[in-house]
Amino acid sequence: MLYFSKTKVLLIFLAIFFASFFALPNVFNQGQLSNFPSFVPSQKVNLGLDLQGGSHLLLEVDTKEIIKERIETLSFDLRKLLKKNDISTVNLRVLDESIAFSATELSELTIREIEDLSVSNTQNILQLSSKSNLVVEDNNGSISINFTDEFVKQAVLNAVNQSLEIVRRRIDELGTKEPSIQRQGSSRIIIQLPGLDEPERIKSLLGQTAKLTFQLVDQTTSYDPNNPKKIPIGSEALESDEIDGYRYIIKKRIMVGGENLVDAQPGFDPQTNEPIVSFRFDRIGAKKFGKATQDNVGKPFAIVLDDKVISAPVIREAILGGSGQISGGFDAEEANDLAILLRAGALPAPLIILEERSVGPDLGADSIAAGKYAAIIGFVVVIIFMMVIYRFFGLFADIALIVNLIMVLGILSLFQATLTLPGIAGIILTIGMAVDANVLIFERVKEEIRNGSSMINSVENGYKRALSTILDANITTLIAALILFFMASGPVRGFSITLAIGIFTSVFTAFTFTRFLISLYARRLKPSNVGL
Amino acid sequence: MKFNLSNTAIPFMSARLGGFIFSAILIILSFGSFFYSGLNFGIDFKGGTLIEIETTDEVNLADIRSNLNYLSLGDVQVQEFGSTKNILIRVEQQEGGDSVQQNVLEIVKASLDKNITTSISYRRTEVVGPKVSGELIQSGIIAIVVAVFAMLIYIWFRFEWQFSLGAVIALVHDVILTIGVFCFTQLEFNLPIIAAILTIVGYSMNDTVVVYDRVRENLRKHRSKPIDKLLDLSINETLSRTVITSVTTLLALVSLYIFGGSVIKGFTFAMIWGVVVGTYSSIFVASPFLKYVDIKRDWNTTSAVDSTK
Repeated sequence: MLYFSKTKVLLIFLAIFFASFFALPNVFNQGQLSNFPSFVPSQKVNLGLDLQGGSHLLLEVDTKEIIKERIETLSFDLRKLLKKNDISTVNLRVLDESIAFSATELSELTIREIEDLSVSNTQNILQLSSKSNLVVEDNNGSISINFTDEFVKQAVLNAVNQSLEIVRRRIDELGTKEPSIQRQGSSRIIIQLPGLDEPERIKSLLGQTAKLTFQLVDQTTSYDPNNPKKIPIGSEALESDEIDGYRYIIKKRIMVGGENLVDAQPGFDPQTNEPIVSFRFDRIGAKKFGKATQDNVGKPFAIVLDDKVISAPVIREAILGGSGQISGGFDAEEANDLAILLRAGALPAPLIILEERSVGPDLGADSIAAGKYAAIIGFVVVIIFMMVIYRFFGLFADIALIVNLIMVLGILSLFQATLTLPGIAGIILTIGMAVDANVLIFERVKEEIRNGSSMINSVENGYKRALSTILDANITTLIAALILFFMASGPVRGFSITLAIGIFTSVFTAFTFTRFLISLYARRLKPSNVGL
Repeated sequence: MKFNLSNTAIPFMSARLGGFIFSAILIILSFGSFFYSGLNFGIDFKGGTLIEIETTDEVNLADIRSNLNYLSLGDVQVQEFGSTKNILIRVEQQEGGDSVQQNVLEIVKASLDKNITTSISYRRTEVVGPKVSGELIQSGIIAIVVAVFAMLIYIWFRFEWQFSLGAVIALVHDVILTIGVFCFTQLEFNLPIIAAILTIVGYSMNDTVVVYDRVRENLRKHRSKPIDKLLDLSINETLSRTVITSVTTLLALVSLYIFGGSVIKGFTFAMIWGVVVGTYSSIFVASPFLKYVDIKRDWNTTSAVDSTK
C-alpha cells in the first residue's frame, strides 16, 4: 500500500494539476481572462440565479383552453352538417371537452360524416392519420362527441412545443442576456433570466396570447347593458380596449387572422404623431384582406386582440396592398410591445405563471460575499483543529483539504455545473466532512501503533483496514445526495451537486494524495515516532 | 493541549436505558409540538408571496404592516430580516388558483412604493402558486422516504437485516427530532430544510455505518465476547473518530451559521442540529439496538476450520 509506482504518482499529480488548471479562471476577473491565451480555460464557475441575481419563472400552458377552442370550432362545422342533413337536435351543448345533444336517430352515414369532420376541419392542422380524431357515442338518442385521447395528447404536445417557440421569440426580441427556456414535464416551461430581477415586462409580454383578428362589426344591433344576452347568433359582445365599459357587437367570422402577418413594426402616424403599429400580410392574408375590404366598403371592421377591440375604423376603400396600420391610443412602449407580440406570433393557449423567484443583484453579491467569508473561516478553523489533534499528520490532511477544495472548484468549472447558495453550503459542509476519511485512517494507524506495529506497518494496515469503512460511510451520503439531485430543482439541486463532488474528491485525495505524502514521510524520514 | 479519546472504556451499554428514555421523551415532545403548534411552513409548501426589501433608512414596521393590512390580502407578515433595514414580507396564498397569485406582487409593490418614503430596493421576490406548493410538499416527503428506504436496503445488503433495522430506527429518530425542533422553534420550514434533512439522513447513516463496521469486525475477532461488552468496545474504539469528525463538521457549519447570511440560517441550523442528533443516535440508539436483535455472531467465512478461541 505504501509503495507508489512512478506512473501512479504521475497520474495523481496530473489529476490535481488539471483540476487546478480548470479552477484557475476563478481567481481572475473577466478582463484579465480575455487576455489569456486560448488554450487556457477561461470558464468560471457558473453561478446560479440566487447568486448572480435574476428571475426564474415556471409557466404552464393552459391545455384545457386548447381542447375547448377545438371543440368550439368543431361545433360550427357540426351545426352546418346537421342543418344540411335536416337533423333536428334538442339541447345541443358545447362543453369544455365534448359536445352533447339529443336527436331522434342518427344514421350510420351521418355518424361517419360527423367523424369525418375532424379530418376535413381546416383548423385541425394536425392530422394523425386518415382515421377520425373523434369518438361519437350514441346512447339511445343522447349523443356525445369527444376527441380521442391520442388526439388530445398530440394537440397538447403541439401546443406546448409551439408555445415554447413563441416564448423564445418574444424573449429574444427583448434582448435579455443568456435566457434559458426549457420545457418541463408535459405542459410546463421553465424560464431563467440571469440579471433580470424585476421581470414585469416579460411577464406582461408572456401574459398575453396576442391573438390578432380582423372581424366585421355587426351593425344590426348595438350592445344593451340591460339585456346582455341579446346578441344575434354568430356574433359576440367584445369589450373595447379604448373606452372603459363599452362593448362592440362583433361578427364571429374571422376575415383575416394574425397568423397571416409577416411583419409588424412600431412607428408614429405622420399626421397625428400618435404611436402606431404598421403590419404587412403574407400573400394569402393580403388576398383575404383585400377581398373583405372590397366587399365591405363603408362598413366598420374591428381589430381584435385577445378578445378586446383595439379599434373599429370604417373601411373607406378596398385595401389591396396587403399592409396596414393599427392605432388605438397606446403609448410608444405599448406600440413596441404589440409589434413584438405580433411578430412573434400568437400563443396557441394562455400561459399561467405557476411560480416566480427573483433575486436582486445586491442580495446575490451579498450571498457570495457571506459564503466566501464563512468558507474561509470554516476552513481556517478546521485546519487549526486538525493540526492540534494530529500534529504532523494533521498537516497532511490539511494539504489534502486544500487540494480537495481546488478540485471541487475545478470540477464545477469544467462541467459548468451551477453553483448556488445552498451549493456553497455544500462546499462548506464538505470542508467539515472531507477530513473524515483521513480521520478514519489516522485513528486506525494510531490503533495499530498502540498494538505494537512498526510505523510503516501501522500506516500500511491503517489504510487497508479503513478502506471498507470509508467506502460504506461515503456511499450512504452519496445516496442521499443523488436522491436530492433527482428530486430537487433550482438552488437545492446545487447543494446536492457540490455535496456529491465533495464526496468523490475527498475519498480520492485521502487514498491517493494524502497516502502518497504519508508514505513519502514514512519511507524517507523513517520517523521512529509517528507523532500522532 | 492533550486530546485523547483513544483508550476510553465508557460503559455506553449500561447507560442505554437512560439513552432510550431520553430519546423517548424527545420524540414525545416532538410529536406534542407537531400536533400542538405544527410546522411553520414557508411559501414553498404553503404557497403565497414573499418579498424582501432593503431600505436606505430605518422604517417603521408597524406602519408597513398596517398599510399592507388595508389591502385585504389575508394574512400578511412583516418582519426584520438580518438587520433593521432589511424587511421580509410574506403574504398568504390567495383564493382563486394559480393565475391570481401574481396580482399580489403588483399590489404589494405599489403599496410599498407609495407608503415608504425612503428609497427601497427589492432584494428578493418569490411567488409560489398552489399547484407548485402542493407538488413540492409531495416530492419533499417522497425524497425523505426514498432516502430512508435506500439506506435500509444498502445496509441490509452490506450487513444483515438486524443492522439495517437498527440504522433505520436511528434515522427515523433523527428525522422526527429535526421536524420536532422546527415545530418547537417555529422556524420557517421550507425547501432547503428538506435538503438539510436528507443530508442529516446521509450523515447520521455515515456515523452509524462506521460503528457497525467496527461491530462486525469485532464479531470476527472476539467470537465469545458477550454482546454488551462487544458493543461497548466497538463504540469506544470508534469514539475518537466520531467525535473528531463531528467537531470538524460542526466547526464548518457554525462558521456558516454565523457568517453565511440570513438566507440560509434555517438550513444551517437544521444541519447543526442534525449532526448533533445523528452523532448521538448512532451511539445511543443504533448501536444498543443490536443487543435486542439476534445478530449473527459468526462472520468468518472459514469458520468451519477455526471455531476455537
